[in-house]
Amino acid sequence: MAKPTRVTNDIRALRFAAGEMTQAELADRVGLTRQTIIAIEQGRYSPSLEVAFRIARVFGVPLDRVFGYAEEAS
Amino acid sequence: MSFEEKVTWVSAVVTVLAASWYAWTVGGQLGGVPVAEIAYQRPLLVAVGAMIGLTIAGTIAMAIGTAIRAEVTGEGSVDDIDRKDERDAHIGARGDRVAFYVSSVLMVGALALAMLEWPHFWIANGIFVAFVAGGLVSSGVKLAAYRRGF
Repeated sequence: MAKPTRVTNDIRALRFAAGEMTQAELADRVGLTRQTIIAIEQGRYSPSLEVAFRIARVFGVPLDRVFGYAEEAS
Repeated sequence: MSFEEKVTWVSAVVTVLAASWYAWTVGGQLGGVPVAEIAYQRPLLVAVGAMIGLTIAGTIAMAIGTAIRAEVTGEGSVDDIDRKDERDAHIGARGDRVAFYVSSVLMVGALALAMLEWPHFWIANGIFVAFVAGGLVSSGVKLAAYRRGF
Protein backbone atom coordinates (compact mmCIF):
# COMPACT_ATOMS: atom_id res chain seq x y z
CA MET A 1 0.00 0.00 0.00
CA ALA A 2 1.39 3.42 -0.98
CA LYS A 3 2.14 5.70 1.94
CA PRO A 4 -0.13 8.74 1.90
CA THR A 5 2.68 11.13 2.81
CA ARG A 6 6.23 11.84 1.61
CA VAL A 7 7.23 12.94 5.08
CA THR A 8 9.81 10.51 6.46
CA ASN A 9 11.03 10.20 10.01
CA ASP A 10 13.64 8.63 12.26
CA ILE A 11 11.49 8.42 15.35
CA ARG A 12 11.99 4.68 15.78
CA ALA A 13 15.78 5.02 15.74
CA LEU A 14 15.65 8.04 18.03
CA ARG A 15 13.47 6.16 20.51
CA PHE A 16 15.98 3.33 20.72
CA ALA A 17 18.84 5.79 21.06
CA ALA A 18 16.93 7.43 23.92
CA GLY A 19 17.10 4.40 26.18
CA GLU A 20 14.62 2.32 24.19
CA MET A 21 11.83 4.73 24.91
CA THR A 22 8.47 3.08 24.27
CA GLN A 23 5.85 4.42 21.89
CA ALA A 24 3.52 4.82 24.87
CA GLU A 25 6.07 6.93 26.73
CA LEU A 26 6.68 9.16 23.74
CA ALA A 27 2.92 9.47 23.24
CA ASP A 28 2.45 10.58 26.83
CA ARG A 29 5.26 13.12 26.60
CA VAL A 30 3.91 14.81 23.46
CA GLY A 31 0.22 14.41 24.32
CA LEU A 32 -0.77 11.97 21.57
CA THR A 33 -2.24 8.49 21.53
CA ARG A 34 0.13 5.55 21.07
CA GLN A 35 -1.71 4.74 17.84
CA THR A 36 -0.84 8.16 16.43
CA ILE A 37 2.85 7.63 17.23
CA ILE A 38 2.64 4.27 15.41
CA ALA A 39 0.92 5.95 12.43
CA ILE A 40 3.60 8.66 12.29
CA GLU A 41 6.43 6.11 12.50
CA GLN A 42 4.88 4.07 9.69
CA GLY A 43 4.36 7.15 7.50
CA ARG A 44 0.58 6.90 7.64
CA TYR A 45 0.13 10.30 9.25
CA SER A 46 1.94 13.61 8.99
CA PRO A 47 1.80 15.42 12.33
CA SER A 48 1.16 19.13 12.64
CA LEU A 49 4.20 21.38 12.81
CA GLU A 50 3.54 21.95 16.51
CA VAL A 51 3.52 18.21 17.29
CA ALA A 52 6.63 17.74 15.12
CA PHE A 53 8.46 20.34 17.23
CA ARG A 54 7.26 18.68 20.44
CA ILE A 55 8.60 15.31 19.26
CA ALA A 56 11.95 16.83 18.32
CA ARG A 57 12.12 18.55 21.71
CA VAL A 58 11.59 15.24 23.53
CA PHE A 59 14.69 13.85 21.82
CA GLY A 60 16.62 17.12 22.17
CA VAL A 61 17.40 17.31 18.45
CA PRO A 62 16.56 19.74 15.61
CA LEU A 63 13.37 19.16 13.65
CA ASP A 64 15.18 18.01 10.51
CA ARG A 65 16.96 15.31 12.52
CA VAL A 66 13.54 13.77 13.19
CA PHE A 67 11.65 14.49 9.97
CA GLY A 68 12.60 14.60 6.31
CA TYR A 69 10.79 15.13 3.06
CA ALA A 70 11.36 12.61 0.29
CA GLU A 71 12.28 13.92 -3.16
CA GLU A 72 9.56 13.66 -5.77
CA ALA A 73 10.28 10.84 -8.21
CA SER A 74 10.95 12.33 -11.64
CA MET B 1 -6.74 0.72 17.97
CA SER B 2 -7.33 4.15 19.50
CA PHE B 3 -10.41 4.76 21.64
CA GLU B 4 -11.89 7.07 19.00
CA GLU B 5 -11.51 4.35 16.35
CA LYS B 6 -13.30 1.90 18.63
CA VAL B 7 -16.12 4.41 19.14
CA THR B 8 -16.37 4.79 15.35
CA TRP B 9 -16.73 1.00 15.02
CA VAL B 10 -19.46 0.99 17.68
CA SER B 11 -21.34 3.75 15.87
CA ALA B 12 -21.08 1.95 12.51
CA VAL B 13 -22.23 -1.42 13.87
CA VAL B 14 -25.11 0.11 15.83
CA THR B 15 -26.25 2.12 12.80
CA VAL B 16 -26.22 -0.98 10.57
CA LEU B 17 -28.10 -3.06 13.15
CA ALA B 18 -30.74 -0.42 13.91
CA ALA B 19 -31.30 0.46 10.24
CA SER B 20 -31.52 -3.22 9.31
CA TRP B 21 -34.05 -3.85 12.06
CA TYR B 22 -36.13 -0.89 10.85
CA ALA B 23 -35.94 -2.00 7.21
CA TRP B 24 -36.96 -5.53 8.20
CA THR B 25 -39.84 -4.28 10.39
CA VAL B 26 -41.27 -1.66 8.06
CA GLY B 27 -40.02 -2.82 4.67
CA GLY B 28 -41.83 -6.12 5.13
CA GLN B 29 -45.16 -4.30 5.04
CA LEU B 30 -44.46 -2.66 1.67
CA GLY B 31 -46.50 -4.18 -1.12
CA GLY B 32 -49.01 -5.79 1.21
CA VAL B 33 -50.47 -2.62 2.73
CA PRO B 34 -51.01 0.87 1.25
CA VAL B 35 -48.15 3.13 2.41
CA ALA B 36 -50.59 5.46 4.12
CA GLU B 37 -51.54 2.60 6.45
CA ILE B 38 -48.02 1.47 7.33
CA ALA B 39 -47.30 2.21 10.98
CA TYR B 40 -43.72 3.36 10.49
CA GLN B 41 -43.67 6.12 13.12
CA ARG B 42 -42.94 4.06 16.22
CA PRO B 43 -40.29 1.81 14.58
CA LEU B 44 -38.62 4.92 13.14
CA LEU B 45 -38.41 6.58 16.55
CA VAL B 46 -37.22 3.33 18.12
CA ALA B 47 -34.51 2.97 15.46
CA VAL B 48 -33.25 6.54 15.89
CA GLY B 49 -33.40 6.23 19.68
CA ALA B 50 -31.56 2.92 19.54
CA MET B 51 -28.81 4.42 17.39
CA ILE B 52 -28.23 7.15 19.95
CA GLY B 53 -28.74 5.04 23.07
CA LEU B 54 -26.80 1.98 21.95
CA THR B 55 -23.89 4.09 20.72
CA ILE B 56 -23.67 5.71 24.17
CA ALA B 57 -24.05 2.33 25.91
CA GLY B 58 -21.49 0.73 23.59
CA THR B 59 -19.02 3.52 24.24
CA ILE B 60 -19.43 3.13 28.00
CA ALA B 61 -19.04 -0.66 27.69
CA MET B 62 -15.88 -0.17 25.65
CA ALA B 63 -14.45 2.21 28.23
CA ILE B 64 -15.12 -0.34 30.97
CA GLY B 65 -13.64 -3.12 28.82
CA THR B 66 -10.53 -1.03 28.13
CA ALA B 67 -10.09 -0.36 31.86
CA ILE B 68 -10.53 -4.03 32.78
CA ARG B 69 -8.12 -5.13 30.05
CA ALA B 70 -5.52 -2.62 31.22
CA GLU B 71 -5.82 -3.85 34.81
CA VAL B 72 -5.88 -7.58 34.03
CA THR B 73 -3.49 -7.95 31.10
CA GLY B 74 -1.52 -4.73 31.37
CA GLU B 75 -2.26 -3.99 27.70
CA GLY B 76 -3.06 -0.35 27.08
CA SER B 77 -3.87 2.07 29.86
CA VAL B 78 -6.86 3.55 31.62
CA ASP B 79 -5.52 6.86 30.30
CA ASP B 80 -6.38 5.65 26.76
CA ILE B 81 -10.08 6.00 27.55
CA ASP B 82 -11.50 9.05 25.83
CA ARG B 83 -8.01 10.23 24.90
CA LYS B 84 -8.28 12.18 21.67
CA ASP B 85 -5.45 13.84 19.78
CA GLU B 86 -5.00 15.92 16.62
CA ARG B 87 -5.09 12.85 14.35
CA ASP B 88 -8.47 11.84 15.77
CA ALA B 89 -9.70 15.40 15.29
CA HIS B 90 -8.47 15.54 11.67
CA ILE B 91 -9.99 12.16 10.84
CA GLY B 92 -13.25 13.11 12.55
CA ALA B 93 -13.47 16.35 10.61
CA ARG B 94 -12.81 14.57 7.32
CA GLY B 95 -15.50 11.97 7.99
CA ASP B 96 -18.05 14.55 9.07
CA ARG B 97 -17.34 16.75 6.06
CA VAL B 98 -17.91 13.95 3.55
CA ALA B 99 -21.01 12.80 5.47
CA PHE B 100 -22.38 16.35 5.36
CA TYR B 101 -22.28 16.35 1.55
CA VAL B 102 -23.93 12.92 1.32
CA SER B 103 -26.66 13.82 3.80
CA SER B 104 -27.25 17.17 2.12
CA VAL B 105 -27.79 15.63 -1.32
CA LEU B 106 -30.17 13.04 0.11
CA MET B 107 -32.01 15.73 2.08
CA VAL B 108 -32.59 17.62 -1.16
CA GLY B 109 -34.22 14.42 -2.42
CA ALA B 110 -36.48 14.32 0.64
CA LEU B 111 -37.26 18.02 0.12
CA ALA B 112 -38.25 17.26 -3.47
CA LEU B 113 -40.59 14.52 -2.25
CA ALA B 114 -42.23 17.00 0.11
CA MET B 115 -42.65 19.61 -2.64
CA LEU B 116 -44.16 16.99 -4.93
CA GLU B 117 -46.56 16.14 -2.10
CA TRP B 118 -45.59 12.51 -1.84
CA PRO B 119 -47.01 10.52 1.10
CA HIS B 120 -45.49 11.31 4.50
CA PHE B 121 -44.16 7.75 4.62
CA TRP B 122 -41.72 8.37 1.79
CA ILE B 123 -40.67 11.81 3.03
CA ALA B 124 -39.97 10.55 6.56
CA ASN B 125 -38.10 7.55 5.24
CA GLY B 126 -36.15 9.69 2.80
CA ILE B 127 -34.95 11.80 5.72
CA PHE B 128 -34.15 8.63 7.68
CA VAL B 129 -32.10 7.29 4.76
CA ALA B 130 -30.18 10.59 4.62
CA PHE B 131 -29.53 10.33 8.37
CA VAL B 132 -28.37 6.71 8.17
CA ALA B 133 -26.31 7.18 5.00
CA GLY B 134 -24.57 10.20 6.52
CA GLY B 135 -23.69 8.21 9.63
CA LEU B 136 -22.40 5.24 7.68
CA VAL B 137 -20.38 7.35 5.26
CA SER B 138 -18.88 9.26 8.17
CA SER B 139 -17.88 6.01 9.90
CA GLY B 140 -16.56 4.50 6.67
CA VAL B 141 -14.39 7.50 5.82
CA LYS B 142 -13.02 7.65 9.37
CA LEU B 143 -12.24 3.93 9.53
CA ALA B 144 -10.55 4.03 6.11
CA ALA B 145 -8.42 6.96 7.29
CA TYR B 146 -7.50 5.16 10.51
CA ARG B 147 -6.52 2.00 8.61
CA ARG B 148 -4.83 3.46 5.51
CA GLY B 149 -3.61 6.76 6.88
CA PHE B 150 -3.94 10.16 5.30
